[in-house]
Formats: sequence, structure tokens, C-alpha cells
Amino acid sequence: MKVHEYQAKELLKKYGVPVPNGKIAASVDEATTIARELLKPTGTADSVVIKAQIHAGGRGKGGGIRLAKSVEEAMAAAQAVLGMQLVTPQTGPVGRKVKKVLVEEGTAIAKEHYLAITLDRARGRLAVISSAEGGMEIEEVAKRSHEKIVRTWIDPAVGLQSYQARGLGFGLGLPVTAVNAFVKCLRGLHKAYMEADCSLLEINPLVLTKGGSLIALDAKVTFDDSGLFRHPEIEAWRDLDEEDPVEMEAKEVGLNYVSLQGTIGCMVNGAGLAMATMDIIKLCGGEPANFLDVGGGATTEQVTSAFKIILRDPKVRAILINIFGGIMKCDVIADGIIAAAKELQMRVPVVVRLQGTNAEEGRRRLAGSGLPLIPVDGFAQAAQRVVDVAKGNG
Amino acid sequence: MAIWVDNDTRVVVQGITGSHGQFHARACKAYGTQVIAGVTPGKGGSDLDGIPIFDTVAGAVAKTGANASMVFVPAAFAADAILEAIDSKVSLIVCITEGIPVADMIRVRRAMENGSGTRVRLIGPNCPGIITPGECKIGIIPGQICARGSVGIVSRSGTLTYEAIDQLTRLGLGQTTCVGIGGDPVAGTDFIDCLKAFQADQETKAIVMIGEIGGTAEEEAAAYIKAYVTKPVVVYIAGVTAPPGKRMGHAGAIIAGGASGGMGTAKEKMSALRAAGARVTESPAEIGVTIKTIL
Repeated sequence: MKVHEYQAKELLKKYGVPVPNGKIAASVDEATTIARELLKPTGTADSVVIKAQIHAGGRGKGGGIRLAKSVEEAMAAAQAVLGMQLVTPQTGPVGRKVKKVLVEEGTAIAKEHYLAITLDRARGRLAVISSAEGGMEIEEVAKRSHEKIVRTWIDPAVGLQSYQARGLGFGLGLPVTAVNAFVKCLRGLHKAYMEADCSLLEINPLVLTKGGSLIALDAKVTFDDSGLFRHPEIEAWRDLDEEDPVEMEAKEVGLNYVSLQGTIGCMVNGAGLAMATMDIIKLCGGEPANFLDVGGGATTEQVTSAFKIILRDPKVRAILINIFGGIMKCDVIADGIIAAAKELQMRVPVVVRLQGTNAEEGRRRLAGSGLPLIPVDGFAQAAQRVVDVAKGNG
Repeated sequence: MAIWVDNDTRVVVQGITGSHGQFHARACKAYGTQVIAGVTPGKGGSDLDGIPIFDTVAGAVAKTGANASMVFVPAAFAADAILEAIDSKVSLIVCITEGIPVADMIRVRRAMENGSGTRVRLIGPNCPGIITPGECKIGIIPGQICARGSVGIVSRSGTLTYEAIDQLTRLGLGQTTCVGIGGDPVAGTDFIDCLKAFQADQETKAIVMIGEIGGTAEEEAAAYIKAYVTKPVVVYIAGVTAPPGKRMGHAGAIIAGGASGGMGTAKEKMSALRAAGARVTESPAEIGVTIKTIL
């Protein structure tokens, strides 16, 4: 699960990682009030930064991050950013609507660094990744100057050790006076990662200020979906505006759904077979409209929910159901498909491929249903057929 | 021969009184697996169709001599169950449970490195399990689609594995052992473990490897194949059409990029495996026929 920068910083702050003073605002009035509190003479800041809160990087490039040196400038910046449709290299051409801004004290930057903790899948351990070149995408650093990225791995039995953190701090070329602060910062990050079930904690940039202290100027946190059950307070951070509403609805009824750009709706049991079904549609000259895993069981209720979700997509011209009946028998699955199709009055043709236990009986029931259900035997044949009917050549 | 499970495998089922645990304990027993014990803390002394139930894995092992465990314990408690199984010195643990927090699996994997003095293998989690047709099935793979033969299968997927097995069986090509290693980012057994075992197994003449987007396990397998595997390997990688940054069902199936390194796209994986000499089929419908042309 992704969260906003302001939420990520809230987590960091809780674990002793220094972040700029600031508050979240949902209106120009709120933003202006916060700016007034932070700026001299009420506060201590010479400038404030107005930062659009959306779940995508590259916000600065799209005009979503603005510097203001007075309350008036801050108000103008908040007016410009709040409500804007922010387009960044990561949002796609439509962009995202900005509903909140983070108003923060400006920071006098001496040097920018990169620091992150994430899972190294190959080793089954957490890796700490650091680079003396911060402020840009780490992929870019990796491409340009791979030697500038320094990694260390954490043994889960003993945890992150101070010597490891010191080593990274010196490796970044931090002044000796800042290395202790870096160690404290990294230990805090590691503790946050473990206790909150994160899957990525990234500070980019981690800034050395002109005053010689360290501060997390930007922060990105994603959480392990499988760990959320033990963190209701983090689950409450979920911003439904940032999620695909259809994907969320699917999740609530126990379906895994991802919307895509094509015209052929897919309903499959199992994630691997669902991806394979998308791939074979493409090989046959079509484009999948979605990824959808109905789960191993494929009960009538789930098939009905899946049909409803697929049919909500106006691009869908035909549907391919590909079910491998293992434990659940194909004749039972066929009955479920027929019941769901009757209830919903299909507006598009549905090609059904049932394979596995009692597949023949399942096909016979589909063919005899009198509904626009087209049973097809083979995997490739089913894909070809649905591509053809989607193009109107059925 | 075959690998890891056979007629001598004696299985204890952790979480045997839950609905999935009950159902699949019965199904495995019906298939012919020696399901000789169950564990549900607090239900020791009772039984399921005559299978004795114990409070602890250690108690079950001591009384019955179980040497493998099948875990159906819910995600929140599954890591603890696996650790308990490791501690009671079974040699094989198959964990079917989906949705175990990654942080828990990192600890489990560390515990496996020590292995408390013994060599223990964990298959999964979030996997369909393992089957040696005609001898032993641990997990949820439908036994009736399998047939004994000379093809070894290793896969990150569940139903896609069934699809591959079914294609082979229909073509008259049986299997030595089929292993689902699971769709999680941190798992007990990887492709290389399976490739090594199939390469060493005399009964196995060819290998089917089914990968998917996310991580670099397929690339590592490619390097291993190039260096050590002389048997033919047929590969299918799912997710050519998957968009980046979206989790495709499995926790580990995501084209990521970013701080962790490799992107994990299907194309990268296929080209690495092709370069290693594996036969990569672009169509999931042609896994069986590709093996047929080789054997």
C-alpha cells in the first residue's frame, strides 16, 4: 500500500528521523495559516515549500512543488497547486487531482544524498541502499554511475549494527560531525521498517543542511499488504482517491483485479494462469481489458461479482473465462457461470474454456444453456475465438 | 526416484482442524499420501478420520515419526508454525498459506540457514505444494490430472502449473515430481534448488520451468542452467502483458524497478533464459508440445 509524503514523514518523525516542520492542508486558507505560523516573524523560517500530495513521483517537474518567501506567495502557491490536475512522468497523461498540500519550512541545502531500505528478494534480507547522489531517481544514478551506490545487508537475527550505519555514513562522505546523526537516523528507519511492516522506505533526498544537520526532505513509504492486518492505524492512511475504485471494489469481494487498456475481459482462476491468459490473447492479436483472478474456488457468487466488474468497463467487447477445475469441478463451475450470466443479461459474447476435472460435462451444460456462452476446448483456440468475436468476426 | 517426496514420506498436517486443513488432509490421504498426524494447539488427543491430532509438532513427531509437515495455518500464525516445524526436525515443510507478512518470512528464512543442526527444506509459502505422481502429494495439486513419467516441473504459480501438468499428461508425458515454489517474494525453495534436484534425479529426463514477472529468480536460474543443467529445460514466463508497478495477484508478481535493482519484466527473464540455452515458449498453450518435440 502506498501512502502520501506527509504520512511517510509522520512515520519517520515517530521513529526519530528528522523531517522539516510542516503541516498538511486541504484548503488555501489552511495552507496560508500554516505558512504564517512557519514564516518569520511568527515562526523562524525564511521560506516555505508547498508540496502537492499525490501518490506519484516527479511532482516538481509538473509544477506541484513551489517555494514561497512570504505569506502572500504561499497563498498564491496553494491556490495554484490545490485542485490542479498534476501531470508528472509517473502519473500518465491524465495526471492526478491535487486535494492536499504539505506546507513545510524551507531547508538550506548543502548536499543531497539517497537512503533507502527495501527487501533484497534474492537474499531474503533487507538491504540498505545509499548514494552520495541524491535528489534524482535512483534508477538514473544506477545507470549513470553504478559505483556511487553503496549497499549493505541486515542480518535479521542480529539487526542493523552501528558499524554498518557508520560505514555507510562515511561512505557518503558526510562530515564526521554528521555521521552520528546519520547512524541514529538509519537505526530509526530500520526500526520503523520492521515495526510497521514496510516494503520500501526511501529518503530522497536526505539533506545535509548548511547548518550541518541531516534532514529527510522527501520521503516515500510503501507497506507490505500482507502485514496490514496488524496495523489498523496504517490501513486508515489509505487514500481511496488514489486507488482505482473498481480495483478496490473487486478487492472487497475477494477478487484480484487490475484494469488494462484492451477490449477483452478476462476471468481466470489463479494469478499465474490469469497472466498467461492475458499473454495468449495478445499473441492471438487481441488486447486484454483486465487481469482478474477469481480465486481457486470460482464459486457462483464470485463469478457473478467478476462479471459485474468486467462489464463495468465500456471498452469490453467480449469476455474470456478460463478456469482450471482442480478441486472445484468444472460442471459445478459451469452451473455458476450459467446462473451468473442469466442474472446479468450479458451484453457481450462470452467464450468459456473449462479444463480439468469434469470438463466435458461442464462444456455440455454451457452449450445447452441457451445463453451467449461459447464453450471452447483448447487454450489457444479459446483465445483465438475471443479475439475474433471481439472484432466482430465470431 | 523423483525428488523430495515419495512412498516413505510421512506427513503431519499443521492446522488440520481448519476447513482447508481438513479438506486437504483428507484429499492427500485419499491420494495415497501417508498422512499420519495432525496438529492443532488445544485439540491434542482428538482425531480426524482416525488421524491422531496433537498439541505440538514435536509431540506428533515423537509419537508418529513424521518426517514432513504440511502447513495450513492462517497467515498471522503461519511463520510461527513453520518455525515450530523446523524446531521439531522434520526434513520437509510445505506451506500452502497465502498472505504471510514478508517480515515474518525473512525471520523464517534466517532460521532455515541455521536449520537447527539439520537440513530442512521449506516449499512455499503461498504455493500449491508438491506431488510425485502415484506416491505422495503434499498440498492442493489435483492428483487426478497427474501421471507418472519423466518430466520434472517447477513453477511459481498454482493453476498455471495444473495447466502445464494437464498438457503433458494429455500428450502421454508423465511427471517425476511437480513442485509449486509459490508466488511470494521470500520463499523457502527457489528455481535453482529444484533444477539442481531434477538434474541429479535419474528418472527426470526433461524439466518444465514456469516463471512470472517480479524479482530476479528466473535470471539466477538462467545462470545456473547455463553452468550446470544438461537436461533440456522448457520455460514459460507469465506476464508479458502485465503493466509495471501493478501487483498481479501474487505478492511477488510485480514489475518494480526502483531501489531494489532489476525490473523483473517477462522479456528480461525470457532473454536471460534463452541465452542460457533453455527452450522458451511464448505461448502458455505450447508447454506440453514443446516438451514433446524434445523427448
